[in-house]
Amino acid sequence: MRRFALIAIPYAWLLALFLVPFLIVLKISLSDITLAIPPYEPTLDLSAGWEGLKTFFSGLDFENFTFLTTDDLYWKAYLSSLRIGAISTLITLCVGYPIAYGMAQSAPEWRPTLLMLVILPFWTSFLIRVYSWMGILSTEGVLNQFLLWTGLISEPLTILNTPTAVYIGIVYTYLPFMILPIYSALEKLDISLLEAAEDLGCSRLKAFWLVTIPLSRPGIIAGCFLVFIPAIGEFVIPSLLGGSRTLMIGKVLWEEFFNNRDWPVASAVAIILLLILIVPIILFQRNEQKQREAEG
Amino acid sequence: MRRFSWFNATSLTLGFAFLYMPMIILVIYSFNASKLVTVWGGFSTRWYGTLIRNEAFLDAAWVTLQVGVVSSTVATILGTMAAQVMVRAGRFPGRTLFSGMIYAPLVMPEVITGLSLLLLFIGIGLDRGIFTIILAHTTFSMCYVSVVVSSRLVAFDRALEEAALDLGCTHFEAFRLVTLPIIAPAVISGWLLAFTLSLDDLVIASFTAGPSATTLPMKIWSSVRLGVSPEINALSTLMIAVVTIGVVTASLLSKRASIRRQQEEREAFQVTP
Amino acid sequence: MAQPKPQTVFAPWTDPDAKPLIRFRNVTKRFGDFTAIDDLTLDIYEKEFFALLGPSGCGKTTMMRMLAGFESITEGTIELAGQDIAPVPPNKRAVNMMFQSYALFPHLSVWDNIAFGLRREGMEKDRMNTRVEEMLRLTRLERFAKRKPHQISGGQRQRVALARSLAKAPKLLLLDEPLGALDAKLRQDTQFELMDIQEKTGTTFVIVTHDQEEAMTVASRVAVMDEGRLMQVDTPAEIYEQPATTYVADFIGDVNLMKGNADPKEGFVLLDWAPNQPQIKAETSKNFAAGQELHYAIRPEKIAITAEKPAEAPNALQGKVLDIAYLGNISTYHVELPGGQIVKAQTANTRRLANRGFTWEDEVWLSWTATAGVLLES
Repeated sequence: MRRFALIAIPYAWLLALFLVPFLIVLKISLSDITLAIPPYEPTLDLSAGWEGLKTFFSGLDFENFTFLTTDDLYWKAYLSSLRIGAISTLITLCVGYPIAYGMAQSAPEWRPTLLMLVILPFWTSFLIRVYSWMGILSTEGVLNQFLLWTGLISEPLTILNTPTAVYIGIVYTYLPFMILPIYSALEKLDISLLEAAEDLGCSRLKAFWLVTIPLSRPGIIAGCFLVFIPAIGEFVIPSLLGGSRTLMIGKVLWEEFFNNRDWPVASAVAIILLLILIVPIILFQRNEQKQREAEG
Repeated sequence: MRRFSWFNATSLTLGFAFLYMPMIILVIYSFNASKLVTVWGGFSTRWYGTLIRNEAFLDAAWVTLQVGVVSSTVATILGTMAAQVMVRAGRFPGRTLFSGMIYAPLVMPEVITGLSLLLLFIGIGLDRGIFTIILAHTTFSMCYVSVVVSSRLVAFDRALEEAALDLGCTHFEAFRLVTLPIIAPAVISGWLLAFTLSLDDLVIASFTAGPSATTLPMKIWSSVRLGVSPEINALSTLMIAVVTIGVVTASLLSKRASIRRQQEEREAFQVTP
Repeated sequence: MAQPKPQTVFAPWTDPDAKPLIRFRNVTKRFGDFTAIDDLTLDIYEKEFFALLGPSGCGKTTMMRMLAGFESITEGTIELAGQDIAPVPPNKRAVNMMFQSYALFPHLSVWDNIAFGLRREGMEKDRMNTRVEEMLRLTRLERFAKRKPHQISGGQRQRVALARSLAKAPKLLLLDEPLGALDAKLRQDTQFELMDIQEKTGTTFVIVTHDQEEAMTVASRVAVMDEGRLMQVDTPAEIYEQPATTYVADFIGDVNLMKGNADPKEGFVLLDWAPNQPQIKAETSKNFAAGQELHYAIRPEKIAITAEKPAEAPNALQGKVLDIAYLGNISTYHVELPGGQIVKAQTANTRRLANRGFTWEDEVWLSWTATAGVLLES
């Protein structure tokens, strides 16, 4: 009885507020738009019994998905999200690895402080962190003022409202997600392994390449997925920094829903986005599992 | 491992400069007297004054606080239960689905979570407002809480619970008297995480809020979409200050506690039994 | 060993009228396909200090956890004082357990740890205080009552765990590797302390250990287990001197095992064990068939090592010293016989500057009496 209640309460909550809503999205993505509010049909009328079920299912079709393929806005947005996600993941890795490496090699008494400094931005509002770049990257922003002052450029650069600003925003906000797993992999690394490699004739650089990198690989993989997966569905960053020229699927979904009020298409967009994310999510879970088994 | 080099020092300096420079600039510009956000017009705290007199912001902050406290408290209870189930309940029908539902919201894009919950609320005819935001926030933050608490429970020596049972506790007493006090730090960080996530959330709140309730992030969002605003700079500075003080204090406290503990352990072993 | 009082030897297992405190009757425990306990029957008597000894995975911990109530019983019954304990949940059993990890509640002081079980019982305050003080005195922890578990040493933690599990005055105390976490020196002292406390409180102790020396030291009887079955249940001396099987002989202490065929005579057996080697003479009361395959087990310390062939030794073999292990108090010689077999012989180094005499490659004689070893059926 005790065990039953313990399982049933969170289970019921998640069923009602996670699984059922998700099924509704699935259902609406297969429905037709009407101008009535709520703007979709058919609705499942359980009181009509079997007939109701039949009309319900016969009303479902893949029209919205077909529509997504005909309008190139959508597949361009998916491709662009994937590209932006992949490129910014790579940049984040290049920026994050040296930081994680530097942290792991710092004096042990410094590490807790450095770790706190990496985690601190995570507790700070995401929205504010993205917003802070608006003042820096705009044409009259701090960065341009600084560059003009140094004389490196004579004309202000246009960075805000371009994909470059989106890359900067993603790298900036997701950097802690990259640093932390790599750091925890590097911290466990035994320095005697590097000494052994050098003892066996490796140069320092070679020892880094042959020992440090392979041993930190699980951390690298975890960090990349932790950046890539949320970056794909990102909405705030492209909306604030990307301007109208940057196409990302999270933004398309939002606009489809709030501006065009086309709920079935928004739902179909969501379903496809999830299908795209399933592969990296499964790969990520596998990596985590392997890690746990290796440690367990 | 420890090898000091200029390379490491440089990468750390540049890395942390990158992480903190934007926020520092934001803080500096919040004290800008000029209304033109890009031009420095001398030091002033006038934007803090306007901010405090801005009813809309205060209302939004109040809504956010209510949502945050209620949702993170419920999420902590549900998430701790879920963690207990994940780590302790063994096999039961539908376990795979359960763990799937715990992990999925962590990787689910916010736009999808928000959209699906909104469609549910409309479908069952629930009036949107503070209540629906609380439901939405509780749902996704309970998953985070559950992950934090389970990682502590996994490391928890099960013999402690068995010892409690052995000494006459019922299962619930064993949880209340032994498990809960020991995992309390994880439960508290779970609550703080849930609270922060709730305070931070724009997307899900926008979907589930409806016209009657506006949270602080929604309010910030609607002002910054039009560009940089000095009032938002001031607000951001306040939020950054609160978080910084909180995190630094917490980490100092935990550092002091761990130093004291280490010392006590050393002393314990110096006294021969 | 718990010293038996000279007037009455404590050996309730020899008394057919004695009522056992614990009765395992054909108990089987399966985890899925794996059989942890295989049809086990065993009686343990009141006031016994009983040791379950075996390698890890032999089922000893499972037996203990079944007694405590943390594992269910697949088949058979376990009785405690004549009552089937299967339906009784762990928190209602008059059995307490001392955990291997001690499982001290880290957020409670030593005092509160010890009082924990009494509080659950709803014992009134005065009586509880007296009881906790009594336990603190028994385990010499008075000075540490206010400390938290992380503020005391390993040996003190072990005593807190003991005090906590004894506080409720259980009929039966289970000890899961109680000394496993202590270093060797401390462990010895603690063994005697444990025996002392057992005697003072008169509680029945069942201890699980993989350390044979520990089992031999503390227990009145030892059960040697392997793969979920009892190999032998007996007093430490019997287990050592009269092992029932080659497994027990080999598991407890050091042993030389020789395999051969029996040539039974009147009151003794001659064993053909190697070509070109004299037969081994062993006195025995058991009957063996002619030609039956047997093992002869003899402890190294029962074998004398001499330079000259001893006169009138029933068993004497010549060989060459291959290895010497000097352990301080004793030395073990590995002697190679002409056929290539290696026999271990042990001598006590009773004199500090004795002329030890033997060195590598020396030709030596090994000899022992007809009662020194035992014959075991294969």
